[in-house]
Amino acid sequence: MEPVMAIAIGLLYSAAIFLMLRRSIVKLVIGLMLLTNAANLLIFTSAGMTRGAPPLIPEGMLAPEGVVADPLPQAVVLTAIVIAFGVLAFAVVLIRRAYEIVKADDLDKMKDTDT
Amino acid sequence: MQLAVLSGFVVAGFAPLFHRWFGDRASFVLAAYPAALALWFLSQLPAVMAGETLVFAMQWVPSLGMSLTFVIDGLSLLFALLVTGIGSLVLVYAGGYLKGHPDLMRFHLAILAFMVSMLGLVLADSLFTLFVFWELTSITSYLLIGFNHNDLEARKSARQGLFVTVAGGLALMAGLTMLGVAGESWSLRELNAMGDVLREHSLYTALLVCVLIGAFTKSAQFPFHFWLPNAMAAPTPVSAYLHSATMVKAGIYLLARLQPSLGGTEMWTVTLSVVGALTMFTGAFLAIRHTNIKKLLAYSTIMALGTLTMLLGIGTEGAMIAFVTFLLAHALYKGSLFMVAGVLDHETGTKDVTAMGGLRHTMPLTAAVACIAALSLAGVPPLFGFIGKELMFESVLEVSAWRWLIMLLAFSATALTIVVAAIVALRPFFGQRRETPRVAHEAPTSMLIGPAVLAILSLLFGLVPVLAGSGLLAAAASAVAGTSVEVKLSLWHGVNLPLLMSLASLALGYLLFKRWDRIRARLACLDPLLSRGPEAGYDALMDGVVVISEWQTRVLQNGYMRNYIMVMIVTLIALVGNSLLLRHAPQFHIALDVQFHEAVVVGIMVMAALFATIARSRLGAVVSVGIMGFSIALIFILFSAPDLAITQLLVETLTVILLVLVLFRLPRFSSLSTPLERVRDVVVAGSLGTLITLLVLTSWSIDQFVPISDYMIANSATLAHGRNIVNVILVDYRALDTLGEIFVLALAAIGVFAMLKLRAPEKPKNSAPAKENADG
Repeated sequence: MEPVMAIAIGLLYSAAIFLMLRRSIVKLVIGLMLLTNAANLLIFTSAGMTRGAPPLIPEGMLAPEGVVADPLPQAVVLTAIVIAFGVLAFAVVLIRRAYEIVKADDLDKMKDTDT
Repeated sequence: MQLAVLSGFVVAGFAPLFHRWFGDRASFVLAAYPAALALWFLSQLPAVMAGETLVFAMQWVPSLGMSLTFVIDGLSLLFALLVTGIGSLVLVYAGGYLKGHPDLMRFHLAILAFMVSMLGLVLADSLFTLFVFWELTSITSYLLIGFNHNDLEARKSARQGLFVTVAGGLALMAGLTMLGVAGESWSLRELNAMGDVLREHSLYTALLVCVLIGAFTKSAQFPFHFWLPNAMAAPTPVSAYLHSATMVKAGIYLLARLQPSLGGTEMWTVTLSVVGALTMFTGAFLAIRHTNIKKLLAYSTIMALGTLTMLLGIGTEGAMIAFVTFLLAHALYKGSLFMVAGVLDHETGTKDVTAMGGLRHTMPLTAAVACIAALSLAGVPPLFGFIGKELMFESVLEVSAWRWLIMLLAFSATALTIVVAAIVALRPFFGQRRETPRVAHEAPTSMLIGPAVLAILSLLFGLVPVLAGSGLLAAAASAVAGTSVEVKLSLWHGVNLPLLMSLASLALGYLLFKRWDRIRARLACLDPLLSRGPEAGYDALMDGVVVISEWQTRVLQNGYMRNYIMVMIVTLIALVGNSLLLRHAPQFHIALDVQFHEAVVVGIMVMAALFATIARSRLGAVVSVGIMGFSIALIFILFSAPDLAITQLLVETLTVILLVLVLFRLPRFSSLSTPLERVRDVVVAGSLGTLITLLVLTSWSIDQFVPISDYMIANSATLAHGRNIVNVILVDYRALDTLGEIFVLALAAIGVFAMLKLRAPEKPKNSAPAKENADG
């Protein structure tokens, strides 16, 4: 499964960067979303992928039975998902404000501080 | 001891207060501080003369092995006496020279701070302390040189001095670090005891080069000499202090201090003696081109600094004696002469020696002081300068490498110095009486004490050399040589080669002085050549820095968002790609086991992402991003991450709602880039994607560290009493991370709220959607 995921993550990154290089400000936001998701998947798959063995300890036991998925990347990604959402909410509102003031959706027209 | 010295900074801080209490007389009150220190240092003389090294240790940062240890041996004591003694005289002098100056208290503050820095520098035992004080002298001297900050020239000169010495300071830092590493010690005393180890060490050449650059820039050695004459833009008391005994001697001090540990190799000998001799000649030669009395003295200071460096390079026992003698003699007469120059400037209103004449009638005391000091500068018996010069010639005759060149340079530099001495002493005071911008009067007492004391010492040490020689200078010479040296100074050495050289240089100097005006006119034709000297290089460098920074601001900081992103991405591709392909040839051994439904989910995810890039409507893009997000949630479910899946679903739902609500207040998609730009972006984005794929594939086959999750799995239930290990990590093992995450979200929520609310009647739709997802 990992080679497939590697290729998929690469494609996600490509799409994200391509969108972030656009001049349209909305596309920048979309690119940002793709990028965070791609990064999350990258971390998630970095420790290998395990099917059907969530890192849970059954009732009445002190350790999980057999091999379980690595819990650490999952914890990190969980934090990242939530923070990414905070960043996204902030970015979206910021862009909306900027658009209201500058009245331009072209990033090239926002390159000076005194617009 | 440390407190006594460092309290100087406190005294400096209170200088404005003194000024308020005592008005212009604050100088005299403040002069008591260095005078008291000088007396204390003097009281240590017997112990040091007996060969003792006084150590005052104090822990500073024990964990780093840094201590604030002050050491008094002969060399330190000689310098400390010069710094405090001349310091107190200069303060008294400044009380007269700058009387009524509105910024007098600023002067006091800076010069006291400088004095303490210099004192710390010559007393420091640890390389760290030495370096800290070294840099402090650079900074405080910058403040002093730029004292007249309304003057463009003064600001420029101060900056030049700062840049040159601080650039040297950087080299010195590297050099001292290497020295510490090579000697495995940061204490100068210990390093000086292991000279043989250091000289054999593989770092020796590198560290010597760095240390020498530091010392040469500070002490204005060729080709870094140009900053010193420019620093004459400072008020005269500053010049008298910085250029006779302190600032410029710091480099010399460092070289002398390191002589036992680094000196004696061929590299050291040849570099120091040749550079020193060149500096000597350059200084003396450039001096006679000028008619400004301060410039004349400044260039002759360069000559003296060159002499000292050369003597250290020669490195014989005789040269060490010559070194300390010349050092003391120079400090005495040059301090005195600079102060005399200030008196002349102050009383006549000009610095040009050709505009003065016959002043001995109106300023007899000044004339007498000037003549004594100038005779010492010229090296005429029975002044102390004569002894210094004799010993210097003796040492030059002992040179083995580059002998004739050094002898020639030393001889001509001496003759030219005699010209300088004659100009300074004879031109203003003798000959035809000339009208000066101000009507000259004898200087006030406060301005005569300093030069007079120094001149009298020059005379006294010359007549009774034992006074200086057997005690202080012997101890200093022993410290430089690293072994015990006996010093017997005398005026009369019998008829020998050095004496003949002295006489010849005197005669030549007198002849040159007689023709000075004509020679100066001739030398003027060299001006175009000399204007291309090292200073032109410095200017070109500074201009170049400005041009480059303008260029890089234009190119890199141009305000185009995508350019910033592009630069980052391309750099990332280049660096990571380079190390990936060259260091770990990519190697993949991963079994390909894909089940059909997994492939479908991944496929949908990728298709959705790609569609988002080409979507022509905002809604299309939002929907495809949503689809991608939900596919990712599916992947999380399939691969054992139920918590992630839940969070992803929640967040994805919220995101889509947020985007739908906000995006429709945003502009429509527009196509702004040209096809060519798009091709370029596809290439960049595609390269990054490929790199990431390769990286992921490679990283699976490399295990750098033992995973720490085994510990977390094993202890989750027993220690943390939780069965969902991911949750345990979030709220227990890495609880602080989660706290940070909550802060980030709170900040984002406040920001969103502020942007929506603090402005206008617009209703806030999504002010706080982000606040409680720190569930974990």
